Amino acid sequence: MPTRNNSSSTAPLDKAERERRENVHPDGWRNPVPAACYSLVVIGAGTAGLVAAHAAAALGAKVALIERHLLGGDCLNVGCVPSKAIIRTSRLYAEMRHATSYGAQIPGDIRVDFSAVMQRMRGIRARISRADSVRRLTDAGVDVVFGTARFTGSETLTVDGTTLRFKKAIIATGSRPDMPSIPGLVEAGYLTNENVFDLTELPRRLLVIGGGPLGCELAQAFCRFGSKTIIAQSWPLFLPLEERDAAQILSDAFARDGVEVRLNTRAVNVRVEAGQKLVDLVSDDHKSTVAVDAILTGTGRVPNVEGLNLEAAGVHYDADDGICVNDFLQTSNRRIYAAGDACLEHKFTHTADASARIVVRNALFPGRQRLSALTIPWCTYTDPEIAHVGLYVRQAHNEDISVKTFTIPMHDVDRAIADGEEAGFVKIHVKEGTDRILGATIVARHAGEMINEITLAMVAGIGLRALARVIHAYPTQGEAIKKAADAYSRSRLTPFRKGLLRRWLRGWA
Amino acid sequence: MTVTGQPAMTEQTLDQLQRAAFSYFLQAVNPANGLIADTTRDNSPASIGVVGFALSAYPIAVERGWMTRVDAVERSLTTVRFFRDSDQSGSPEATGHKGFYYHFLDMQSGMRVWRSELSMIDTAMLIAGALTAASYFNAETKEEIELREIVHALYRRIDWSWTLDGKATIRMGWKPECGFLNYGWDGYNESIVLYVLALGSPTHPIAGDRFEAWTATYQWENLYDYDFLYAGPLFIHQFSHAWIDFRGIRDRFMREKRCDYFENSRRATEVQREYARRNPHGFAGYDESCWGLTACDGPSQQEPQQETELADEPRRMFGYAARGVPYGPDDGTLSGWAAVASLPFAPDIVLRTARTMRDRYPENLSELQYVSSFNPTLSRADRRAWVSAGLFGLDQGIVLLMIENHRTELIWRLMRNCLPVRTGLSRAGFRGGWLSRRESNTNHANAHPQ
Repeated sequence: MPTRNNSSSTAPLDKAERERRENVHPDGWRNPVPAACYSLVVIGAGTAGLVAAHAAAALGAKVALIERHLLGGDCLNVGCVPSKAIIRTSRLYAEMRHATSYGAQIPGDIRVDFSAVMQRMRGIRARISRADSVRRLTDAGVDVVFGTARFTGSETLTVDGTTLRFKKAIIATGSRPDMPSIPGLVEAGYLTNENVFDLTELPRRLLVIGGGPLGCELAQAFCRFGSKTIIAQSWPLFLPLEERDAAQILSDAFARDGVEVRLNTRAVNVRVEAGQKLVDLVSDDHKSTVAVDAILTGTGRVPNVEGLNLEAAGVHYDADDGICVNDFLQTSNRRIYAAGDACLEHKFTHTADASARIVVRNALFPGRQRLSALTIPWCTYTDPEIAHVGLYVRQAHNEDISVKTFTIPMHDVDRAIADGEEAGFVKIHVKEGTDRILGATIVARHAGEMINEITLAMVAGIGLRALARVIHAYPTQGEAIKKAADAYSRSRLTPFRKGLLRRWLRGWA
Repeated sequence: MTVTGQPAMTEQTLDQLQRAAFSYFLQAVNPANGLIADTTRDNSPASIGVVGFALSAYPIAVERGWMTRVDAVERSLTTVRFFRDSDQSGSPEATGHKGFYYHFLDMQSGMRVWRSELSMIDTAMLIAGALTAASYFNAETKEEIELREIVHALYRRIDWSWTLDGKATIRMGWKPECGFLNYGWDGYNESIVLYVLALGSPTHPIAGDRFEAWTATYQWENLYDYDFLYAGPLFIHQFSHAWIDFRGIRDRFMREKRCDYFENSRRATEVQREYARRNPHGFAGYDESCWGLTACDGPSQQEPQQETELADEPRRMFGYAARGVPYGPDDGTLSGWAAVASLPFAPDIVLRTARTMRDRYPENLSELQYVSSFNPTLSRADRRAWVSAGLFGLDQGIVLLMIENHRTELIWRLMRNCLPVRTGLSRAGFRGGWLSRRESNTNHANAHPQ
């Protein structure tokens, strides 16, 4: 299993970077003398591990948290936090270039200072790292142990030779980028989320392989910084799990930004000539070669399950799907649970967080909370953003549920018009003949914020009829959801009901 | 005049438009093999889908007195003989494979050009046209008997089940260089006629559940207060309807929605009007009497900008693209023919729209034939809209057939009597309406020869 440590990062060691490292893996750290037996040992200090450790310690459990690299995991160090920071700057550049669309002047000299972009990102990352710091954990009573964990039995493990005993354990080892098997890629060198945020210079020409969330977000951001960007996706659409229209709008947005879109295209070979990377692409019967300065892969993630000696603990796992768990997130060893990317299909920070809370309840108390009971939203932070919660229509059809979708294009929403952010839609799926929300997809500049209202409605069992009664502040883009609910109300006015109403009102005339 | 008081297109004008559209098939044909050019542009190859429209057009011409029956039979025979005798080896230079044909063929030799794909949907349109001819030319003459026999032989040799490639739904293209293409053709589209013909085959049918697997990708949406089976480009709501009368017949999906595909196309027409009325991108010309976003030619990025009003506002032009509502792509390009092709679904609206579009943008028609598209936002110095060069055969075909269906239902009547269509619809789960009635005019020409 590949490991990273502080020294593997090539990011400039500025003040912010020094603060982050001090927070998430201080130099000269000495692991505490282990307790005789821990109530809970958590392996992995990413989102799931941190949430579990804090929650268990707050409840009075004696907790050890083991991390082989950096506290905060991918989300803080090489994932959500740094990517959102640079996406914000890339949006600003895009808006500057389209200033005339907003009745403003385009600044005379739009010069991208990439090092300033990354410096800002490092500052934000350092600030947010305070919440995940060693000090906060130790103050909370958690024993923080840096090193590599290996199970030695069903109730014991070692960290670099030191034995820890536990009553319960949580495996929260996360995931890592999947590496596509393209001949020549390793020799040529490539970027993933693990090292792309260490860049100090903007690649002049960038090939992004993979049209998943990470590939899409970073392709658009780097294009907006000025990289001549090509994105190659082996499927006919981006984000293949999302609605077709969402993917189509994203393709259009990419084209507008200047990203060269190569759908239905596979990279089959990489070689280096004259200091540039030459990548052979194949699309059906069409072959081409592109010359780039950097290659970023975003073709999915694989769970970190190797090197843990899971066999010694009797924990079943699969190299592709991760730790095998039941609906209570319990592994084949009744003492050991799993949470986060190491065991979940939906590899998001918020699902890692939610799964960790379930695990703490189920592991420390006679809890029977189920993973399947969660309503999980997600969002891809492109511009526009693409957010989803609940069932897709095809999933509903597969379950033989008849679906009706209430669609509001953002060009029907006053605030979106005023903001010049009309690309996108709100689609809310309800069970035919009812107002029960099965799921929703939102494509909008701030879809990630908007989807939370739908998630709340689903969790609380609120239907479209009730949402129609909720006053939404005007003008807001969230009003699109109210409009969808209003459309539902109007759709209930059948000709028969309209006739009754007309007769009733005529009686008042 | 229409109910709204605005002038509508007259019956006489419809007749002129129909005849002008039909003349395309006389202009663009190679009489030696019956192939029809895809467009009137220089060096255009033949398009097999356009040939399907031509085979459907000849019976209309006979009925309207534009062509003798003998001439029509001769043209049809020439065409189907060519396909019968064509190279079916599937080699890169062949004409077809497993009963399907490459999308584009050389006008003279009939061999594949442009490295085009073996096209399932275009083959379906070709066969729908051939079956139309077989239904119409039902006399017991030597020529008409031969025509029917060849048509049924062409139909019977198509290996529809091969197109599944082990998947749940039909693959839409295949190339000898790389096998089946990965188009990702989910959602409602124009291929009901393809599924119906594939289901109705006496030799290589696909299973009925393949149709349900496809309809499982449908999305039933409430958009602009219209409940409809969503698809953005207008042609999707029209092309299968050129041959199949969907009034009152319903598959499982439409039974659940208490709708039918014909009514759905009417609502799609209304949605187009609503989009044009909103005109979110502020394009010139759009309103509820000027619309028609569909798959068509259009201005491209490379084309010199012909006007200056938008000089400081970046606009992307999409060239040939499947334009649609409400999510685009939309670059201000409309198709007059697409509005007219909705005539059977919403006659009042379409007659008024067609009149308005003709009066405002006469350049939208060339000698009464619709150009592929026009773009009023890209107006020239003389204020005339940008117009697509030349004419496209598919556009002429759909205009001709849909006006005829509106006026006499000729093509629909012929195909209601067509056994493969009835069988295919039944196997797809369609019930009710004319399908539940025994057609009095079903003749042996439509039976599957054994």
